Amino acid sequence: MKKSLFVFLALLAVFSVGAQDLIIANGAEPASLDPALMTDTTSSNIGFALNEGLMVYDPRTSKGIPAMAESYSTSPDGMVVTFNIRKDALWSDGTPVKAQDFVYGWLRTLNPDTASEYAYMLTMVIKGAAAYNEGKGPASDVGVKAVDDKTLQVTLVGPAAYFPDMTAHHAFEPAPKWAIDKHGSNWTKPGNYVGTGAYILKEWKPQDYILVEKNPKYWDAKNVKLKSIKYLASDNSTTNYKMYKAGAVDWQVGITVDLIDEIMLRKDYQVSARFGTYYLSVNNTRAPFDNANVRKAFAAAIDKKTLVDKVLKGGQIPTDAFTPAMVGYTPQPGVGYDPAAAKKYLAAAGYPDGKGFPPLTYIYNTNEGHKKIAEYIQQQLKTNLGIDITLQNMEWNAFLDMRSKHDFFFARHGWIGDYLDPNTMLDLFITGSGNNDGLYSNPKFDAAIQAAVRSSGDARMKLLMDAENLLLTQDQAFIPIYHYSNQDMIDTNKWGGWYPNPLGYHPPKFIYKK
Amino acid sequence: MSKYIIRRALSLIPTMFIIVTLSFFLVRFAPGGPFSSEKKVTEQVLQNLLKKYHMDEPLGKQYLRYLGDVLRGDFGPSFRYRDSTVNQLIAQTLPNSMMLGTIALSMALFAGIGVGIVSALKQNRWQDYLAMSFAVVGISIPLFVIGPLLQLILGLKLRWLPISGWITSRDGWKTLILPALTLSFPYFAYIARLSRASILEVLRSDYVRTARAKGLSERVVIGKHVLKGGLLPVVSYLGPAFSGIITGSLVVESVFAIPGIGRVFVQSALNRDYTLIMGEVIMYSLILVTMNFIVDIVYGFLDPRISYK
Repeated sequence: MKKSLFVFLALLAVFSVGAQDLIIANGAEPASLDPALMTDTTSSNIGFALNEGLMVYDPRTSKGIPAMAESYSTSPDGMVVTFNIRKDALWSDGTPVKAQDFVYGWLRTLNPDTASEYAYMLTMVIKGAAAYNEGKGPASDVGVKAVDDKTLQVTLVGPAAYFPDMTAHHAFEPAPKWAIDKHGSNWTKPGNYVGTGAYILKEWKPQDYILVEKNPKYWDAKNVKLKSIKYLASDNSTTNYKMYKAGAVDWQVGITVDLIDEIMLRKDYQVSARFGTYYLSVNNTRAPFDNANVRKAFAAAIDKKTLVDKVLKGGQIPTDAFTPAMVGYTPQPGVGYDPAAAKKYLAAAGYPDGKGFPPLTYIYNTNEGHKKIAEYIQQQLKTNLGIDITLQNMEWNAFLDMRSKHDFFFARHGWIGDYLDPNTMLDLFITGSGNNDGLYSNPKFDAAIQAAVRSSGDARMKLLMDAENLLLTQDQAFIPIYHYSNQDMIDTNKWGGWYPNPLGYHPPKFIYKK
Repeated sequence: MSKYIIRRALSLIPTMFIIVTLSFFLVRFAPGGPFSSEKKVTEQVLQNLLKKYHMDEPLGKQYLRYLGDVLRGDFGPSFRYRDSTVNQLIAQTLPNSMMLGTIALSMALFAGIGVGIVSALKQNRWQDYLAMSFAVVGISIPLFVIGPLLQLILGLKLRWLPISGWITSRDGWKTLILPALTLSFPYFAYIARLSRASILEVLRSDYVRTARAKGLSERVVIGKHVLKGGLLPVVSYLGPAFSGIITGSLVVESVFAIPGIGRVFVQSALNRDYTLIMGEVIMYSLILVTMNFIVDIVYGFLDPRISYK
């Protein structure tokens, strides 16, 4: 009886899988499906199905490839980029996609009333965008113009070579004015949603799932293979992994860190370097960390390779630099692991063998992974420097509050780049930057970053390398630990068009069943 | 009686007012805010956000504005789920938790009372020991152990039941079984112990001795006199239990991926989603005070010793 019940249920499972082509355990309930208001990858993962900007992320490299724009040209000085919008590009309701839709969408993202958290992606590159977003300049001064229905002209603040790639980001997507005017904030609900993407929003059951179906009006619909995709909102990674193992989920975004020993042996475990860095923030304005030798001693005392290989085991890449390596850019590291040197630095700072070192607390947000790292660091500092530190875990918001008020000595920090360029990493440490929690300040560093904005090509990369050299090699403003990894569960023997890539974005238009 | 009911109903108003006021200020004292994130927004965007949600105004003014909105039944927009209002979110998730909770509590009630009666009547015999050991296990093993264990055995290994999901999935009503079973477990255990203890107490009471002395059959003694008195504590427990169970359990909803309000409630607190926290606190309090109110009235009908004036 039990056996036949099992067979029946198994058959039922096999036959009903056809209902959705691809089922994704997306990790959480998306915060928003409005491209201007999305802030998390949970939302943007779905956004990539519903909308497409001028460019789309190449599923292999995370670079931009033409999407709504079929081509673009850059003025000789690199300051003006002109996009030619596809003649056959349509919104999901059949309206032709016009350059004006991009102007409207971008100005909407920048409009202070929209209060878009990703507006900074536009303000940092587009002329006049910052002033408009800050309420100091008119919308008409923003450097984005519709020359005609199919030509979009963008004026930049500097010759940013990475700008066309950036336009694959959701903050640069067009917006359907007619739908937003009609439905207000409900325009992202099923039935109201109008998008440019390969899929249309069919159902949205909050905290349950989102179902999207192929958009027949999409310009490249003939190359879109999946009929429908279901994004599950389940936030329990252990449950998601069980669902994955049972075949009820095809792709699990993220993994169950606790089960890494089992997971790392599986062939369908996808791990790749991610464009971001885990680091230890130190308050550069407070003793003992106002002394560069102390910062260097800490950097030299922590064996990051062993941490990654023996403790974390999640494909992270140990690093002494902040910016991940990329074409044309060689990362400039700080001090590497060297216990003998660590002792010397500490002695030079006036604390031989850790004697007289003030009591120190390391803060991190409550999380098993962060805890393991904190305990490892505690043990390394004890062994290699003779320093005892106290660990303190905190609730996420309380932690962020303390760190952003600079009311800490030593804290966990992480940063994920928004586009593939050193700029998205190094910008962080400009004097007064909102995310510069450790209050690093070096006028020469600031000058190098500012100069890079106005230059291009190799000269620009050189300036950025000089900046990182000041930041880490000379000043050791913080302690880099590792570059993040993307971790997913998906069987690439079964699913094609899905590749590990640096930003971890996987536009579903490329995914197909083998 | 009706006078009592009216007076009791009116007293709910100041109770709710105090709850709204206290929670409005308390949530704002928690460190951090709804717009904190690892990637901090620029100062200007933060100002834009605060302005959009009237959080740039003095706290007193915000409070009065909020009170006005609540009186009109408008809980405002969610700070975290920016495409939705709090009303929409509650309307979409609360019914799911209510349904699951009602099923789980009904299961717990029937099984718990049944087991409680048997245990009491067979006190200190093997049936009693078996049932009470089971109840101790039920009370002491946390849901986050029971849930994943059931999932592992019945879902992943034997594949009899879906691991997680909701009735909207292709597995339909079968998705309800494991979460309802898990959720009912501690309630079942508690009700079994509670009914056993109170039935034992009633069995020793004078009026039961009188009933037996009158020569009534054991069936009538138990059915008419013992149970009526013996189950009163279960009735008073039902008020808070019902309001607790239908407003969702974070653990069960997370483990079984149920689109209920329990998950939303905890997330909203972690996200400092002020309006969503407030909306849920108000809903929860309303349900709780209403349930207690109902229990009080039902009590009057069940217990001859109580009369309302």
